[in-house]
Amino acid sequence: MNAELATLVAILGTVMTAATPLLFAALGEVVTEKSGVLNLGVEGMMLAGAVVGFVVAASTGSSTLGVIAAAGAGVAISLVFGALTLGLFANQVATGLALTLFGVGLSALVGRSFVGFALAPLPRLDIPGLSDLPVVGPLLFANDALTYLALAMVAVVHYFLFHTRAGLVLRAVGESHDAAHAVGYPVIRIRLCEVMFGGAMAGLGGVYLSLVYTPMWVENMTAGRGWIALALVMFATWRPLNVLVGAYLFGGVTIIQLYAQGLGIAVPSQFMSMLPYLATIFVLVLISRDKVRIRLNAPACIGKTFNPAA
Amino acid sequence: MNRRHFLLAGAGATAMLGAGALARRAFAAEPLKIGFVYVGPVGDHGWTYRHDVGRRAVEQALGSRVETSFVESVKEGPDAERVIRQMASSGHGLIVATSFGFMNATLKVARQFPNVKFCHATGYKRAPNVSTYMARFYEGRYVAGKVAGKLTKSGIVGYIGSFPIPEVVRGVNAFTLALKTERPDAQVKVVWVNSWYDPGREADAAKSLVDQGADIMMQHTDSPAPLQVAENRGIWGVGQASDMRKFAPKAQITAIVDNWNGYYTDQARAVLDGSWKSTDTWRGFDADMTQMAPYGDRVPADVVALGKKIEEAIRSGKLHPFAGPAKDRDGKLRIPSGSHASDGELLGMDWFVEGVQGSLPS
Amino acid sequence: MWPRLEPRGETSRLMLWLTPLIAVVVTVAVGAALFAVLGFAPLATLYAFFVEPLTTGYGIAEVAVKATPLALIAVGLALGYRANVWNIGAEGQLTIGAICGGGVALAFWGEDAGAIVLPLMLVAGTLGGMAWAAIPAFLRTRFNANEILTSLMLVYVATLLLNYLVHGPWRDPEGYNFPQSRLFGPEATLPIIWEGTRLHIGILIALAVAVGGWVLLARGHLGYQIKVLGLAPRAARYAGFSRDRLIWLTMIGSGALAGLAGVIEVAGPLGQLMPSVSPGYGFTAIIVAFLGRLHPAGIVGAAVLVALSYIRGETAQITLRVPLAVVGVFQGLLLFVLLAVDVLVRYRIRFRADEAAAA
Repeated sequence: MNAELATLVAILGTVMTAATPLLFAALGEVVTEKSGVLNLGVEGMMLAGAVVGFVVAASTGSSTLGVIAAAGAGVAISLVFGALTLGLFANQVATGLALTLFGVGLSALVGRSFVGFALAPLPRLDIPGLSDLPVVGPLLFANDALTYLALAMVAVVHYFLFHTRAGLVLRAVGESHDAAHAVGYPVIRIRLCEVMFGGAMAGLGGVYLSLVYTPMWVENMTAGRGWIALALVMFATWRPLNVLVGAYLFGGVTIIQLYAQGLGIAVPSQFMSMLPYLATIFVLVLISRDKVRIRLNAPACIGKTFNPAA
Repeated sequence: MNRRHFLLAGAGATAMLGAGALARRAFAAEPLKIGFVYVGPVGDHGWTYRHDVGRRAVEQALGSRVETSFVESVKEGPDAERVIRQMASSGHGLIVATSFGFMNATLKVARQFPNVKFCHATGYKRAPNVSTYMARFYEGRYVAGKVAGKLTKSGIVGYIGSFPIPEVVRGVNAFTLALKTERPDAQVKVVWVNSWYDPGREADAAKSLVDQGADIMMQHTDSPAPLQVAENRGIWGVGQASDMRKFAPKAQITAIVDNWNGYYTDQARAVLDGSWKSTDTWRGFDADMTQMAPYGDRVPADVVALGKKIEEAIRSGKLHPFAGPAKDRDGKLRIPSGSHASDGELLGMDWFVEGVQGSLPS
Repeated sequence: MWPRLEPRGETSRLMLWLTPLIAVVVTVAVGAALFAVLGFAPLATLYAFFVEPLTTGYGIAEVAVKATPLALIAVGLALGYRANVWNIGAEGQLTIGAICGGGVALAFWGEDAGAIVLPLMLVAGTLGGMAWAAIPAFLRTRFNANEILTSLMLVYVATLLLNYLVHGPWRDPEGYNFPQSRLFGPEATLPIIWEGTRLHIGILIALAVAVGGWVLLARGHLGYQIKVLGLAPRAARYAGFSRDRLIWLTMIGSGALAGLAGVIEVAGPLGQLMPSVSPGYGFTAIIVAFLGRLHPAGIVGAAVLVALSYIRGETAQITLRVPLAVVGVFQGLLLFVLLAVDVLVRYRIRFRADEAAAA
């Protein structure tokens, strides 16, 4: 492999790692939103997963336990959201914001005594034979377990949503919860399950940061990724395959500006740092213009409170 | 008894307790309350962490004669002013403000509390009760540059910068000047992450630099993330502010360590015995305010020896990191040969030497 | 069994006023438990948190200084939230307002321009915030782009812009190249209204705005439109209320107030431009808005409460070594509890047994 190709592969590899936490969080949120629930608390759930995963891994010495605990933490904290919005009919936007705030603060508190801990990152899992393929090998087949999981989840979520009966029911609930209720589907229970799934995925996205990306715990280490994941869901018009594309796009833009600096491009670094955010807006506008597409794919009942007694 | 009696009894009891406490206090000498204001979390394992180490050193050295407290993650601006004022009005005799951005807040409060002494890190404004202090970190950078020059194969060094302020620019320049004495063709690529502490972004920047061929990682940011990347990718790196070896046992060549223990203890002692004066302290190796961490096990012995030799030369004053000649990137001679940059020139340094690639604000 | 929640049909006025109090009490109780679990004496900590900051005149003034931007921004946000227009980017609008106002101050620096500078600064800051909020408004009305995300992304852009300015073109030439602007002259600083404290006229502006918001909501036709749009969008459409116009008005309005808050902060407590001019006021104001039930009167009270929670966090760190993170937990908890008890306003609790008995 010549030098330029090697550099390109290296860059793509870096983009992959940058995209993975976004992928986890966005996939979870797609499922949640498809069932009609808008959960803005992704940032808080990711941090909950990050801190719990790190604490458990550091205390027990097992990263596997850490990952499982992280998913569990995401579920637990999403239950608070679920109880408030689905059980007590609280406003979803406000509750989501409160969840973010709470998650940020609680994770900082829990992780207080673990700041400064060093952990070995999750090991790379090479697939024998495939890892040695040129270009594709190191990129696709020499990653850690969580990266593989994220890629696998894209396929799983896609299949579930669009090729299973359960997925169809879920989408129906998101399109019209009153109709689904009339037919007899347990709307609230379905939504709660999806909220929990979203929580678990966000937790995995968070633990990826604290166990793979930068193996340590730092307050607020998600640094806005939860919000970018939310934008990603819209950008992908709630379709898992598009989420994959979007995650890599966003990961790429974030990394590119750092490369550009290293290449000596003479734009002030602050303007380069603005690129990911401006790109998000740009992409959002592009997608939102197509009202038909949005209406086709956006769950019609998103954000609306469902009360069976009403 | 009815409520009124209860209240009176309670008030009386409290008064008695208070009087007793006061009486006891009058007999024992009051410990000096020292307040530390941190801009980041104590657990950052970098800048703030080292200041806290200094705080604990004071407690250890002076025992019951001092009582320290701290507030962490204080944002620069009005919040800082409130925190500092809170400390000043609650009996603290010495207040240490550990970030440049606390400067105006410190001075404002100092004006209103002339009996309280203040120490402000990395600032340039003083008052009768305000001292400034800083360490000559660039001396450590120079040593790192010499060592890096010997160890680099690709001749490309990645440098992760926080903000393009003089302190960081000084560090880059000192490093590069030393680097080029060993490898004249070497290049230093600077990437600004616009934050003192953002592990995710620092890791991204580090990865991008490694992908572009850097085989030595330098940083002027506070988290161990760049070193973790260096460890992961199998290249060398130098730690910042504290020994980061546990994050990168194989990759860390050495680290530039801040050591405030001596300074803080001296200041506290001076307040206690009444000899405190407003001073500007800018010391380096010679006062141990800057130290080099022990060299990593994988560093060859001759490189270690060179590093120690240079350190000693700087400490004794024989070698000045900013000795001329030195040209900037436009070819202009900034430090003529035979002389070295003055402290004033160093304080306001806003230009890069040849061999550095990175943007600077105009 | 889960007790059922039956809609009341009409919001309970009693509950409207009672729920914030219940929320505060519950949060304090949970907070005390939290402190106990963390190993801090609950009562002493609560004293340090709630009471101590208010024991001195200076303390009260500080609470007011911190509550001013919160109340200002929250009033604007509340009007938007009532109409289902979610401006999350107040922090960015605040920053742009600070930049514009600060720019005016720096333009007049050193020249003896007199009393015109300060009002000009305030106007510039307000206009700046309006312009920054116009972007999400435009993107929403023209391209249907979700304003939550666009306004949020613009926060990051605004912060980076400020960063660039104080590092480069607006850097203090006598400041040894450190990233900060010159200190504003006295004609560009808000006058202090309480000697010996930092209380400036910004608080009067905030109170005036709160009153104005109250009047608008209660009396004005605009306030009526906002309420209807939020509660029954279809009805609003039939009535001919232009959704787009209301989006523009509420976004620009909240942007203006956020910008005003920004310039007040730099002309008041800060006195110059720095890389960071706000410790997250734009985001905290969102909580204040909800805590105050999206009503200007409640918002003033909520702003005081939240300001108190910030200040007490610092006090508690100094006196009791309570970590800063507790403040965030407290605020999130408060919001959670409020949202939870909020249900009592709109719904009545009915137990299954009643139903069965009635049947």
